[in-house]
Amino acid sequence: MATFKVNGIEQNLDVEPEMPLLWALRDELGMTGTKFGCGIASCGACTVHVNGRAVRSCTTPVSAVEGQDITTIEGLAGMAAGANTSAPSLTAVQQAWIDHQVPQCGYCQSGMIMAASALLASNPNPSDAEIDSNITNVCRCGSYPRVRKAIRSLATA
Amino acid sequence: MKKISRRRFLITSALVGGGVLIGYSATRPSRHRLANTELAQGGEHYVTSLLKIEADNTVTVYVPHSEMGQGVHTSLSMMAADELDADWELVNIEQAPAIDLFANGDIIKGFASEFGVPSFLEGLTSVSAIKVAELMNMQITGGSSSVRFTGEFGMRTAGAAARQMLIECAATRWGVAADECTTQLSHVHHNASGRSLAYGELAAEAALLEPPEDPVLKDPSQFNIMGKAISRVDIPAKVDGSAIYGLDAKPAGMLYAAIRFAPVFGTKLVSVDAGDALNRRGIKRIVELEDSVAVVADSYWRAKEALKLVSSVFETSANDNTSSADIYAGFERSLADENGSKVIEEGDTEAAMELAADVIEGNYRVPYLAHAAMEPMNCTVHIHDDKVDVWTSTQDALGIKARVAKIAGIAEDDATFHHSYLGGGFGRRLPFNWNVIDHATLIAKEFDVPVKTVLSREDDMQQDYYRPAVASNFKAAFDAEGNVLAWHNRFTGPVQTPGASHIPYAIINQSIRVVDGDTHVPIAAWRSVDHSQQTFFTESFVDEIAHRAGKNPYQFRMELLQQHPRHRKVLEVAAEAAGYGQNLPEGHALGIAVQESFGSIVAEIAEVSIGADNQPVVHKVTCAIDCGWAVNPDTVEAQVESGIIFGLTAAMYGEITIENGRVAQNNFPDYEMVRMATSPEIEVHIVESGEALGGLGEPATPPIAAAVTNAIYILTGQRVRELPIKNHDFSRVNPLAQV
Repeated sequence: MATFKVNGIEQNLDVEPEMPLLWALRDELGMTGTKFGCGIASCGACTVHVNGRAVRSCTTPVSAVEGQDITTIEGLAGMAAGANTSAPSLTAVQQAWIDHQVPQCGYCQSGMIMAASALLASNPNPSDAEIDSNITNVCRCGSYPRVRKAIRSLATA
Repeated sequence: MKKISRRRFLITSALVGGGVLIGYSATRPSRHRLANTELAQGGEHYVTSLLKIEADNTVTVYVPHSEMGQGVHTSLSMMAADELDADWELVNIEQAPAIDLFANGDIIKGFASEFGVPSFLEGLTSVSAIKVAELMNMQITGGSSSVRFTGEFGMRTAGAAARQMLIECAATRWGVAADECTTQLSHVHHNASGRSLAYGELAAEAALLEPPEDPVLKDPSQFNIMGKAISRVDIPAKVDGSAIYGLDAKPAGMLYAAIRFAPVFGTKLVSVDAGDALNRRGIKRIVELEDSVAVVADSYWRAKEALKLVSSVFETSANDNTSSADIYAGFERSLADENGSKVIEEGDTEAAMELAADVIEGNYRVPYLAHAAMEPMNCTVHIHDDKVDVWTSTQDALGIKARVAKIAGIAEDDATFHHSYLGGGFGRRLPFNWNVIDHATLIAKEFDVPVKTVLSREDDMQQDYYRPAVASNFKAAFDAEGNVLAWHNRFTGPVQTPGASHIPYAIINQSIRVVDGDTHVPIAAWRSVDHSQQTFFTESFVDEIAHRAGKNPYQFRMELLQQHPRHRKVLEVAAEAAGYGQNLPEGHALGIAVQESFGSIVAEIAEVSIGADNQPVVHKVTCAIDCGWAVNPDTVEAQVESGIIFGLTAAMYGEITIENGRVAQNNFPDYEMVRMATSPEIEVHIVESGEALGGLGEPATPPIAAAVTNAIYILTGQRVRELPIKNHDFSRVNPLAQV
């Protein structure tokens, strides 16, 4: 039995300990916002937060997140708002993604937003070099210039 | 431009509850009657068409194209809504269902009869007439054609016709002349009397009218919605995880299939040993197909893990030892031995070569490329009770539905297609690229529950239909003064996009011919199709000619483009914006390229330096695009950014090689992509010439490779004639003294 919290809700899954978190989320819990892109932690489409840190879920076995807090794209706004029900339904990062019309096909954007959110949480004013080294996700549509603009628009300094 | 009659596309019908619906029908006047009898349900005459106006004043636009990030749901709706003078806040946008009432073949056919076959279809005509006939009843999203054809000839016309009909109804009701009435924000106004009526109040009456013979479209000065950077309707769902892609389908009771294909294209499965696979948790069955073996389980991961335990033998083939080197050697043989087929023969190139004071040659080649859409190929099929349901991301919902029904042995009328967003298309999800679709259907035939077949990234990369590898040999002849007299080009086919190898430059003698380039590697359209290879070739060799003639590459192009003012204009705008000819940072150079494709003309200027690792760094790309005019300028910019980065990935890293008859690459580490760190700044300038709308999904991809390699030549003195750039060594830099 694998036990961990997803977006604040405890989940008990009867799955093999080596099942990647990605497939536990998608096929067992039916949460399809987290995407499968490469299966080898190269493209970042599957990025989720584990205890607030950006992690590629396609190569993270459920045994590695036992008892930990997982946040997915579906829960990003809710987790940020906590118990505050009057909080906006999107985080500032998600809103910036709309304001800058970042997504095209959108398939990689769950992972892109999770990566950017984790970066900004730990480093509110990242330099271009820090953006480059932290956001290594692949976007086949080439949304990179807009990802950069959206992140810059959120930088505090 | 020849005037096209818009009347042929119009059709009107009434909605129960007081509404009007305007659509189009080119060839089958019974289309709306068919819609009424086949689609009406729950007491509502839910008639399919492009545009529906209801009593509550809402407008619904039905978009018969796939949304794959190009913003087509938004752009097409903007076109209908603007001509209608609708209140954008009251406009709903819906994906048109995959039923043949929404086949966009009619629009394409109508367009083709007036203007000739669109270029993206021409390639298919050379393949087989039957394919084109099939295509004409499909819902293609490709060829950068949605806004140009469906938008310009379907959406705008439907909107304009509806507006005129609503005015006519209001004028009749008020007893005034129609030309005294105006429209604004979903209302008809009679300013003289101060009266106004909402469209919803007029819709029931309007439905009884015949659509106008030739609806008058707005002059661009009258646009209220078109030309504005309207936010895309598909974006909110793409930031909160709620957007559903093909891979996200989850019909009840679904099983999952992982599949292993014959690694050498075109070979068959001989035998399978299941090993311990069937003893593992969740495994339902092993399915053997003609060219593959699949494991079906209650989870994709379990299926994929169990597949590793299955051993399989595939038949041997004559291609088992074929490598990329063999393929290129075959190309060289074709180029040496064949006279080839004529693409262009003007003047007497042979004589010009003999008389020339100087002749230069350049032999170019580019490799196969995979599409590598972010969403790996997948398809979910449920065959039950003599019916079939299909869920997949596709650039042709109607075509896929027909294919699945055929493979399943079920009547097309009993097939249902479930729409989703596409996690990238780029040509991979066009019809005729049938693997995965066929396999998913055959696997699902073994079950009475839905089965989702998913390709791993490795499978997706190794079982694609590839951008063709091409070799191209050039010669140019000069007179004693350095004027270019002749252009000679021999390249390996096939030709998928006629015209891609043409050049706009005024060179009197031209001989362009294509020779056989067939191999066992399956090929297909890949974003910008033949323009992706040909523009690298021609814009590089033009640069070679300019340097040989001792001319500045920009000036040289401008001089030879006297007959092409639109080309000159985009070059001029890009050069001005990029600071061409002005001082650059030390060690930087500008490379330039221009190409017309899919009705748009694009100039790109790449600012490049050579980095510490002796590989080029692309700092900035300045682009000017003449796409006629911009329906949604922000979408235009996004598509240009996208096209440049897609082309840059191919130029810098893209390479599918063949070893032992099969694809050598597996996943992103060995098929690398431009990422944040390697993505240049991009500046886009839209040149509105007011000419016919050009395409946007593809035209920005072709010029970037040559723009970068032309800059590399200035920086290093090395002419890159083979892609990708990563395979070249730039450690011995010998920059050009001046350009």
